[in-house]
Amino acid sequence: MAAVSMTVNGKAVTGDVEPRTLLVQFLRENLRLTGTHVGCDTSQCGACIIHLDGIAAKACTTLALQCEGSSITTIEGLAEPGGALHPMQEAFREHHGLQCGYCTPGMIMSALDIVRRNGNDLDEHLIRDQLDGNICRCTGYHNIVKAIESGAKNMAAK
Amino acid sequence: MYNFTFHRPTTVRQAAGLLARNPDGKLLAGGHSLLPVMKQRLAQPSAIVDLSLVEGITGVELKGRSVSIGAMTRHADVANSPVLKEVMPGLAAVPGSIGDPQVRNRGTIGGSIANNDPNADYPAACLGLGATIITNKRRIAADDFFQGMFTTALEEGEIIVRISFPVAKKAAYEKFKHPASGFALVGVFVSKRGPDIRVAVTGAGANGVFRVPTFEEALKKRFAAKSIEGLTIPASGMNADIHASPEYRAHLVGVLAKRALNKANA
Ligand SMILES: Cc1cc2nc3c(=O)[nH]c(=O)nc-3n(C[C@H](O)[C@H](O)[C@H](O)COP(=O)(O)OP(=O)(O)OC[C@H]3O[C@@H](n4cnc5c(N)ncnc54)[C@H](O)[C@@H]3O)c2cc1C
Ligand code: FES
Ligand code: FES
Repeated sequence: MAAVSMTVNGKAVTGDVEPRTLLVQFLRENLRLTGTHVGCDTSQCGACIIHLDGIAAKACTTLALQCEGSSITTIEGLAEPGGALHPMQEAFREHHGLQCGYCTPGMIMSALDIVRRNGNDLDEHLIRDQLDGNICRCTGYHNIVKAIESGAKNMAAK
Repeated sequence: MYNFTFHRPTTVRQAAGLLARNPDGKLLAGGHSLLPVMKQRLAQPSAIVDLSLVEGITGVELKGRSVSIGAMTRHADVANSPVLKEVMPGLAAVPGSIGDPQVRNRGTIGGSIANNDPNADYPAACLGLGATIITNKRRIAADDFFQGMFTTALEEGEIIVRISFPVAKKAAYEKFKHPASGFALVGVFVSKRGPDIRVAVTGAGANGVFRVPTFEEALKKRFAAKSIEGLTIPASGMNADIHASPEYRAHLVGVLAKRALNKANA
């Protein structure tokens, strides 16, 4: 076992992990942050996307020990302490951007990365292209794309 | 995944030392080829040497008439490099076409080249530009580096430090993206630097990335799609799998080469 320490959603955390422990396992099993999902475990579906030092990454394809000293944001870290949803979360609710919700945390973490890279004025084509690494089995993507376009705008307004 | 010991050196020298002490050890760059293979238990390294804290092996720099890219530079950082987009947008487009945004945020050029996946994009760019792969031990010409599927000239314990690409006046990449995986079903990189003309193909060959001497010869007269009109490459030696037949791949090589030439001349 090896000791690991990092910042998760603004809080310093430590843990004892095997070197082969994936970041997603550390988040879900050690920290009980089960909002980050595992859809495929083969690096393809995006259900496990988190922000690693501000940049979207697949937590199923990252070792916990690779994140020593890093800062991680998960879906649990987005809402205000009082419970008010982040504008992007709110947009998914508003536009019915989910059905079963399994892909949603990854979609939202990906959406925020799209905003980081492309700004708040996004068109449908760009959003669809940039969601290449996120798979949804339910919605057909239509409302997800609408939610991201609107969430991005609302983030700028805030 | 089988278990392993985990190491985080901060210099290339330390990393080389760790590999020497752990002969069954493996370097870890972005992890986007190695970790999936370890999960499938197709690789069982005794030690993992993580390169992410190693100094001096990231970044894109213009050095004279070459662009030097550190082995640990992520695909997204190469694709977005202002200097590269300025001097050789055809090369910047290669990492921009890899996988999805999250793969580009983590995967590295060194990892991609060391892995030499037969459908990977960077090998075509290296061969198509006549790049030099610089390791902790020596300099290897791309023509000697790629030695067949998942096989390279790298020796035990050898670490890629940088890749140096000569700046070509004309250079472009065209890729037929596999719709599910994002990898190149076939990808063609073309370049012209003075009299040096290169056409390199990934995804198609049963033995990994290769050059097309007949196309290169024909392009000497005029570096344009018209010059290779009617030329074909034989289907023998092309890869066959559930995604495409050898004949289809051979056909795509011609189609994509012409598109790449048009792009390079645009
Ligand atoms: C969903 C998905 C889609 C993808 N799509 C594409 C695609 O469209 N096109 C494409 O080309 N690739 C694609 N890839 C592969 C991706 O580009 C990988 O990031 C890349 O092949 C390996 O780079 P890495 O930094 O992740 O290397 P790692 O996985 O960390 O390492 C790969 C191998 O290289 C060795 N290595 C790493 N660094 C060095 C070094 N400096 N010196 C010597 N050896 C080293 C390692 O020991 C290991 O054997 C995809 C991957 C995924 C998961
Ligand atoms: S669980 Fe990580 S990409 Fe699917
Ligand atoms: S809402 Fe069910 S997978 Fe996307």
